[in-house]
Order: sequence, then C-alpha cells, then structure tokens
Amino acid sequence: MPALKVTNLAKTFPLKKPIFGPAPPGVRAVRPMSFEVATGETLGVVGESGCGKSTLARMLVGLLEPSEGSIEIEGRALDNADPAEFGKLIQYVFQDPQSSLNPRKTICQVMEAPLRRLYRMQKPERDKRISEIFASVNLREEFLDRYPHEFSGGQAQRIGIARALAANPRIIILDEPVSALDVSVQAQVLNLLADLKAQFGLTYLFITHDLAVVEAVSDRIIVLYFGAVVEIGRAENIFANPRHPYTRLLADSAPVVGKPLTAPEQKGSELPDPLNPPPGCAFAGRCPRATEICRADEPKLTEMGEDQLAACHHPLEG
Amino acid sequence: MNLFLKLLFRNRLAAMGAVVLGAILLLVLLTPFLPLQDPDVTATADRFKRPFTEGHLLGTDHLGRDLLSRLLHGTRLSLAIGIAAALIAATIGSAIGIIAGYFGGRTDNIIMRGVDMLMAFPYILLALAIVAALGPGLMNALIAVAAVNVPFFARNIRGITVGLAGREFIDAARLAGMGHGRIILTELLPNVLPVIVIAMSTTVGWMILETAGLSFLGLGSQPPQADLGSMLGEARSAMISHPHTSIVPGTMIFLIVMSINLLGDGVRDALDPRLRSGALSRPRATTLVERQGEIPEETDDLLAIKELETQFHVGNRIYRAVGGVSLAVKAGECLGVIGESGSGKSVTALSVMGLVASPPGVITGGAVRFQGEDLIGARYETLRQKRGDRVAYIFQDPLSTLHPLYRVGQQLAEAIQSHHKVSNAEARARAIRLLQDVRIPNAEARVDNYPHEMSGGMRQRVGIAMALANEPDVIIADEPTTALDVTVQAQILSLLDDLRRDRGLAIIFITHDFGVVAQLCDRVAVMYAGRIVEEGPTQAVLKAPAHPYTKRLIACVPELGGGRRALAAIPGLPPVVDNLPEGCAFAPRCDKAQENCRAGDVTLKGTAPRAVRCLYPEVAV
Repeated sequence: MPALKVTNLAKTFPLKKPIFGPAPPGVRAVRPMSFEVATGETLGVVGESGCGKSTLARMLVGLLEPSEGSIEIEGRALDNADPAEFGKLIQYVFQDPQSSLNPRKTICQVMEAPLRRLYRMQKPERDKRISEIFASVNLREEFLDRYPHEFSGGQAQRIGIARALAANPRIIILDEPVSALDVSVQAQVLNLLADLKAQFGLTYLFITHDLAVVEAVSDRIIVLYFGAVVEIGRAENIFANPRHPYTRLLADSAPVVGKPLTAPEQKGSELPDPLNPPPGCAFAGRCPRATEICRADEPKLTEMGEDQLAACHHPLEG
Repeated sequence: MNLFLKLLFRNRLAAMGAVVLGAILLLVLLTPFLPLQDPDVTATADRFKRPFTEGHLLGTDHLGRDLLSRLLHGTRLSLAIGIAAALIAATIGSAIGIIAGYFGGRTDNIIMRGVDMLMAFPYILLALAIVAALGPGLMNALIAVAAVNVPFFARNIRGITVGLAGREFIDAARLAGMGHGRIILTELLPNVLPVIVIAMSTTVGWMILETAGLSFLGLGSQPPQADLGSMLGEARSAMISHPHTSIVPGTMIFLIVMSINLLGDGVRDALDPRLRSGALSRPRATTLVERQGEIPEETDDLLAIKELETQFHVGNRIYRAVGGVSLAVKAGECLGVIGESGSGKSVTALSVMGLVASPPGVITGGAVRFQGEDLIGARYETLRQKRGDRVAYIFQDPLSTLHPLYRVGQQLAEAIQSHHKVSNAEARARAIRLLQDVRIPNAEARVDNYPHEMSGGMRQRVGIAMALANEPDVIIADEPTTALDVTVQAQILSLLDDLRRDRGLAIIFITHDFGVVAQLCDRVAVMYAGRIVEEGPTQAVLKAPAHPYTKRLIACVPELGGGRRALAAIPGLPPVVDNLPEGCAFAPRCDKAQENCRAGDVTLKGTAPRAVRCLYPEVAV
C-alpha cells in the first residue's frame, strides 16, 4: 500500500466574472496529476517558479481544497478539509523558517500546539514528548523559553522540523526546506532530515528548485512544468538521461564547476501565460524539437524505459 | 518594557505629554478626597467671581458655582467618557477588522462595505443622528462617539490582519489543529495588539474632543452635572464679559488633548520595530566616515578596495561587518566574492560608493580608490556623480529595486538623464537600445511596461540595463541571480559574460554559489566573518582550495550528477561579528585548529595571485 496516492488531483483558481460576458475559465495552477509515494520513499518535486509545486503541496496538507481528484494516505481517502485530521497524517515544513514561527510566541508554545490540539496531551506528557523530539533534532531544551527572532535560519528550520515531527505524521511535505539557508547549514539540515526519516520511518515529499539537492536526497523525482507532470523517473537517471526536453534544459542550466558557461537557450524565453494557456504542449514555445502536433495535442505521460515516464511527443533518446 | 519606557522618554515632547497627563490624572483621581466645594451648589450672589478671589481659586460661573471644583469633576467625567469610548471603539472595531481580514472573501466584502457606509457620513452628523435617536445624555453621547470611531479601528486592523493572515505561521497553526477562533485569539491578536494600542493612544484625544463637542451642543451631560464640554457651553453667553469662565475649561481641554497626542505619538514611535534597531532617523546621503590610521596608497588598478573596515554601531555594540578587506579589479576582469550570509560581502560592495546606511554604518578605515581617486570621505557631490555613472550596481531583487509606479522606460531614462543632459526623446531611444542590448524581445513595446508586468528574469534584465545605462567602468553585482530560476539564471549569466567581453567592463560578482563563480569569474575571493580567507584564480582555488573553510564549503555544495548521498556539513555556525573570537574566526568550527590558531591574528599570505589566511593550509600557496 503506498503511503500517499494522488489521483487526478487538480486545482483551478477561478477568475472574477466580469460585469458583462461569461466568466473566464480560470487559472489551472495544477492540472490533473496522479502519482504514488511508497512508504519510506523520498519523492522529489522540481520545477521553476509558477509551475504549481506550492499549490500541490498546500492541497496535500489540506490548506487548499482541490478542485478535483482525491488524496489517499495509507489507503484512507482524505476528503474532508479539516486540517486537524490531515495534521496527524501529513505535516508541512515551510520554506522560510522565520516567518513560519509566530514572532510573539515562545518556542515552547509553538511546540505544544500540535500536541494539545491534535493529541489532547496533558502537560507532563507534552514536556516528555517535546524533550524527546528536541533530542532527535539536536536542539537544546533551553531554547524552549526563547522567541523565534533569537535563532539563526538553520536553528529556526530545525524548530520547524521539530514542530512537524510533534504531530507524529506519516508523511512530511518539505517545501524548499533549505533554500533560505546557507550552504554550510543546508547540509546539516538535509542530513538531519535523512536521519529522522530512518529513525521514524517517515515518507517525504521534497519540493525544491535546486536540482543538485533534490538529486542528492530523493529516490524518485517528478518534474513539473506549467502545472503538469512532464517527467517522472528515478533520481539517478532522470537528469543523466532525460526524456523530456524540459528536463534536459533544467539539467543543462544548473551551474556546475568545470562546465563552461553557455546559455542553453538564447531567446528571452518565458513561461507561458497562465491566463491565456497555449493549446497542446505548454513547453512547445521553448522547445527545439517542437512540431505541429505539439502545438495542437497535449501529450500524455507514457512509459519510456525502466521506471521513467515522460509527457512528450518527441522524447529524447535514452 | 524597560526598553520601551527608555525609548519613550528619549522623546522629550512625549515625556512632557506624559508628565502633564500624569499630573491631570493624579488630580482627577484625588478629586473625591480633596476639600472641594460641591460643584453643583448654586450661589447666585457670588456669580462671576474672578479667579484668585477668596474661597474660589478659579472664580465662579454664572450660577456662582466654584469653577475649580466643577473643572476637576468635569475633567474626571470627560476623561472617563473619552477613555471608555476609546476602549469600546477599539474592542468592537478591532474585532470587526480581525474577522474581516482573517476570513477574507465575502465576509470581508460585506463587513467592509458596511464600514464604508458608516464612514460616508460626516462623523459629527452621524453622532448627532445617534444622539437624536437615543435622546440626549452622557451615556448616549458615549455610545455615539464610540460608534463613530469604530470604522477607524476596523479599517486599520483589517489592513494589518490581511497581511498577517497570509503568513506561514497561520498555516502552521492550522496544521497544528487549531480552529479559527483559537487562531484569531492566540496567533493574530498578539501580533495586532501593538497596532491597536497605537491607534488607541492617538484617538483618545479626538474622542474627548468629540464628547466635549456633543456636550457643548447640550446633547451630552445634562445640567447640573459638569463636564468640560457643558462648562464651555454654559460659559458661551458670558464669553465677552467674563472670559475666565470659558478660558478655564478651554485650557484644560487643550492640555489634555495636547498631552495625549504627544504621548500617543511617542508611544507609536517607541513601539515601531523599525525605530528600535536604532534607525531612528533617515539615513545620510553617504556612509559616515571616521577613519583612523594611515590611508593606503594608490595602485594602478581600475578599482581598488584597500584595508576597508566598515562597522555597525548599534547602541553599545560594535559589529565589525568588514574587517580589513583588500580587493582589486582591472578593466574587463570579473572578480567573484563568495561567502555565506553575514560574511560581509554585501557590506563591502555597498561601502565602495558609500551606500551603507548611516546610522548605524561607519567606515572606520581603509580606502576605496577608483582610478586612483579615494572615494571614502569624498564629497557627496563627487560620489553622486560617480554612482551609476562610473560604478553601477545590480541588486538581488529587481522587484524591490525598480519603482513600481513608473514604466521601466521612464526609469531607464531617469538613470541616463541624472548624469547626462539629453532630451526625453533621445533618452527614450537609448532606453530601447539598452533593452535590446540585454536581449529583451520586443523592446519597443516592453519599454512602456510597468515592473509588475514583467517576469523575474525580465526585471533583472531591466536592472542590468539600468546598470549599463551610462556605460560604467565597473559593475558591482550583488547576488543578481539568486532570486531567479535556473534556466533564467543561465541566460543572465551568459548575458553578463558577453557584456564584459564586448565592453571591457570590470565586474565584482557577489554570490554564495560556487557553480556560478566557476563559470563566470576569473578570480575569486572567499570571505568569512568580515575578512578574506582565501583568494586566487578561480580554477586554482576550486581545484585545490588552501583554506579549510573553502575546502569544506565546496564539499557542502551538492553537484548535479553525484547521485544520492549524504552531504558534507560544517558543524556549528558562523560567528556573530560583534563578538569575534581571538585569532582565526573559523577555528571553533575547524577540525585542524591548533592552539596558536586561537592565539594571534592570522595574516593573509602567499605568492601572488594566490593568498590564504591560515596557519595550516590544505596546500601551500
């Protein structure tokens, strides 16, 4: 049984109806997508800004109601939008550790909230649980009486992770958990996340725009473009042998020591306009391999090689 | 709390207001126990006694009642009504504002349109209408004044709440299982409370005036009960013949409202978090310079930073953000400056043109020589002429560096026209050419866009175009691609590379990304805790880093193609620059550190072009 199963999940943000004329179709932030995450797996989600990765994450934790589709966690469908029910199964670690902590609450108050609200624990029980969690994320208990502004980014992010752990979830959604941190601290947090996963048997959905990071921590990777999945594959394969031209473009754009500076695409290419989406493949406008069929038909995700799926009419050779 | 009081009383006017208001409050609190005459007992024989007559310190009114006694009782009543009205208006208004701001959507729309309707009436008319409907009397005046002020609080608090409700900690609270009511009470309220206090402290004064106004018209307190407004109202007929009957309550109203407003302004200033950090005043046009010691000699480089020291003086603390940095670039060269946040790389860059905000920034030593001329301590006019003309900056976030209300073409034209006398048409033509130079498609149309109509990559191209506007010799780029997507970053980097080759530009490129440095820069300097720990040609430094920090930092950066793995980390945190350790700043995190690393200052040495600040370097340089 997969830890997380998503079927045809989609989100359309309605646009305001003008006074005259019919309502416009709305912005399709996430197009219907289906995927599974096995227990204990780390699924990486990469894509550029505006590709729908944060909208996807917010739907998965119940902060946003999906327009269509369903979410199943360990075989149980989550159809009610009660965040407290979601909270025990799936938790969220935010991108900006500082702004995810209430500036006027002590760390202790922050940590107690999920234990009180989700599990109705009494004070002695809570204290015991908090000290267990703090020990596992390498934080000193004297931090509990301090306020968020007294912490560095790396410490604050560890507090954010500790808060997510306090709810004792099965799955944690990590939304760019290290992109606000310095490189030397980033590695501390990533390694901590790997340890915690082994210790508590967690399942991760790791959202980021950093290809090198996602490759280093994930088992499988989903590449999103313009709200849709363009490629799914094993982490060790997907950037080395991409099938979709967009995945190739991403891999070529990442600056790597020792690789000469070349712009992989010279034109001032832009993401397509969400208010006026192009027909067919959304990437066609930037794609060197695009033909007539790409501008007319939206490609479906199809199996291409072992454990690799891509949505492309003219996939790259393996 | 102590800090708050200290800040409050640093403002002399606020302190004066506090003293006057305190005295008045003390006086009215003591009123029932003072040996005063009955304020309501009339003695028509003693009417209109002048002040300082026997038995009546402030004289008597038209019915012979003691003015001092009436004044104190009246002030007591007026203050009580004013404060009660403020509390009621703040409570109801804030509740409405928080609910509207938190729930948003239709709830917000309905509530705020209702509030707008209340605000559409002139407030005194509305108050009159309420009193007219309820009948005259102090309680009804109080209700009217409170009701009239509810919209003010509702709108203010709603604005703050809308900003807070989108913050991540509210989402986090929801995931922790909190309901709406609890989120409003425990997450939102503590954060809007300072705003409510500020709004209240500035409105109590009005409310006292408004209540006095209603009483003056005879709609508030009813005879014989005295409040300040009714005292004025009763004295109106004798204003010419016996002015003291109007002057006494008038002065009291003046003192109360004035002291409350001064104190309220002081409270607002003291609670404002921006003012707490010491940025109490507008920053100066250039960074303050207080150089001690020798001023370094000039060199033949295009831009040379020599032994630069920049500090931040906050209260008693001194943050040594830049502690003796020397860097130089020649024409056509690209120098990378790499470091983590807090390493002083941005402050170094901003010091070049005196752009570090003062206070709290102070340049305490060294020199910045542009073509031999020392820019530190240069006159403002000299610096202004060079800023953007000879030395230009590109900043990290183009959305916050472009003015949102002007078209990008106008902003480019302004950049040109502030240094060169050219006509508007000529400036616009050059703006279009610049946009073409940075490869913005369809530049003729894009020149009339507002910044929000462009994507992040486009905006950063505009930022680069603006830096190029006056064909500068040096461009200082402070993390110009950090906020951009990788595919856009690749385009921007290759654009910068082409520009410097075509135009012989010198670029100082500040970043935290080794991949970017490796691709773009000829030389690299690594900074840690305000000092350069290693420098040299990029390939040499990256291939064989000499400083343990450089080596371990490079190991921390995951590279694409490495597969799934545990990443190297540097334990601990960079030091805070107001409390640097003795000796090497990296020693506490370094596994090669010896006793003598922690003892004395470590110098930067090596054979040019490489140098390292380490006693036990990884490789000899």
